[in-house]
Amino acid sequence: MSTLRSALLVAKREFMAAFDAPAGYLVLAFLPALSAVLFFVTGPFFAFDTAELRGFFLSLPWLFVILTPAITMRLWAEEKRAGTEELLLTWPMRLRSLVLGKFLGAWGILAAALFATIGLPITVAALGDLDLGPVLGGYFGALLLGGACLALGLFLSACTDNQIVAWLGGAAVLLVLNLLGGAATAEATPPWLGRVLLELDFGKHFEDLSRGVISLADIAFYLIMTAFFLALNGLVLLRRSWS
Amino acid sequence: MSDSSTEMVVSVQGLSKTYRSGGAEVHALQSLSFEAPAGEILAFLGPNGAGKTTAIRILAGFLAADAGQAKVCGFDVASDSLEVRARLGYLPEHNPLYLDMRVEDFLRFAAKARGLAGSSLEQAIDRVVAQTGLAEVFRRRLSECSKGYRQRAGLAQALLHDPELLILDEPTNGLDPVQVVEMRRLVRELGKEKTVLLTTHVLPEVEALADRVVLLRQGQKVVDGPLMDLQAPQAGLCQLAIAAQCSLADLESATAAAGATWLAPRAAPFALEGLHAGLVELPSAMAIPEFAQSLQAAGVLPLQLAPQGGPLESWFLQAEAQR
Repeated sequence: MSTLRSALLVAKREFMAAFDAPAGYLVLAFLPALSAVLFFVTGPFFAFDTAELRGFFLSLPWLFVILTPAITMRLWAEEKRAGTEELLLTWPMRLRSLVLGKFLGAWGILAAALFATIGLPITVAALGDLDLGPVLGGYFGALLLGGACLALGLFLSACTDNQIVAWLGGAAVLLVLNLLGGAATAEATPPWLGRVLLELDFGKHFEDLSRGVISLADIAFYLIMTAFFLALNGLVLLRRSWS
Repeated sequence: MSDSSTEMVVSVQGLSKTYRSGGAEVHALQSLSFEAPAGEILAFLGPNGAGKTTAIRILAGFLAADAGQAKVCGFDVASDSLEVRARLGYLPEHNPLYLDMRVEDFLRFAAKARGLAGSSLEQAIDRVVAQTGLAEVFRRRLSECSKGYRQRAGLAQALLHDPELLILDEPTNGLDPVQVVEMRRLVRELGKEKTVLLTTHVLPEVEALADRVVLLRQGQKVVDGPLMDLQAPQAGLCQLAIAAQCSLADLESATAAAGATWLAPRAAPFALEGLHAGLVELPSAMAIPEFAQSLQAAGVLPLQLAPQGGPLESWFLQAEAQR
């Protein structure tokens, strides 16, 4: 069976399994509910009197700190706890298909959650003249940012058989990755280190995308991060068979 | 690459595996070699921790060996893992399943993972459902199925692609007596067409199913031979259940004084104040009456001296005693 076909089989299984339990619908409800509160209630949307969604998109890196590890925490940790990874890894599917399949399944869940926020642009468009370009760019960027966050979460889920540990680890690392930009501008940080930290900041690369400005460097950053953490995920599984 | 010259479905040479944990090393397998021809039911027998599960996990592609070579249907498990996995059906120990899935969905998922599609997928599912008797629970969630049905579902996923080799790790573990009988009937049926490699520490299971036995102890092969050979009486291996109205310590020391080997304590065979029992092994030159006299000379009057089990049990207990 081809790598992509196996990956899609695993992705479908993960996507369906997520919505076979209340937790999946909680994830689906979390993003639109919290982003709407942050955008309309606590955010400056009405104060600025402009029909744009930038405030919503800028909150996504922080919302993803909680949301994306919640999507990925189960994916490997539960397989390990329940012993089903022994089934999965002894069926004739390549390791890369399994890792890619888990990632695509998680990405599908995140895409569904992002789709559930569609009420925001519809509401803003009803209130004023909404420019669709930045909105589409923002959603595109959110998928890229989310992909990198999910790949990191998957890697951490593969490192443990405890879902809570996987979630806490994912949230903590993502929080640090979102705060790197702040550390980069601190007085005590040497300039060379500041530049490195700024380049590694997950949120910083999303700022232009959230305005609808598509930069190849930002796209490449998220794709490289996604590939890096998926490769680490594969290495963890491979190493386990040698341990 | 496939080696068409071999008729062996399983061929293992010098397989070794060491687990490292906290600086300590556990030699799970030490230069294990064995072969299994087509159409044979081979039982991996041994006490817990003997290396049975490690050996079959390496064959199934779940673990990598540190040294040695293992081939399934002529394909190397390390370099041709996908080919090997496509040719074997594997029921892991404790039968892990996706309990959130319905039996039907689980079998479809497993079948697609094995590359089946379309009418061949439907036929495969129909076949294994009939073979394993899953029709009654086909639409039920696995979490709602009894342990017996779950075990059948685990076996069904291993049979979907009609594999040449079936690997079953403790297939009757945790089943009730009726389910055990049913599972053994299934395995016996399957063994008529396929090579079956099963692990167990249940001796009646071996005697009921196996054509050949490989006995493991501490990762090493102790015995490898046809079941019938191992069931033949052996001079020098005689186990006795012994019971006497004295303390367990006195019974153990009297056994040693009489020149026999104390193997393990056992439950008293009948209700009597102060009665204790155990299992002992007599040296080859010693007859039972001679042992009884020696016990009495040591101050213990045996109230029971019963030869135990078959020769297979003797082999097993010998391996256990040497741990």
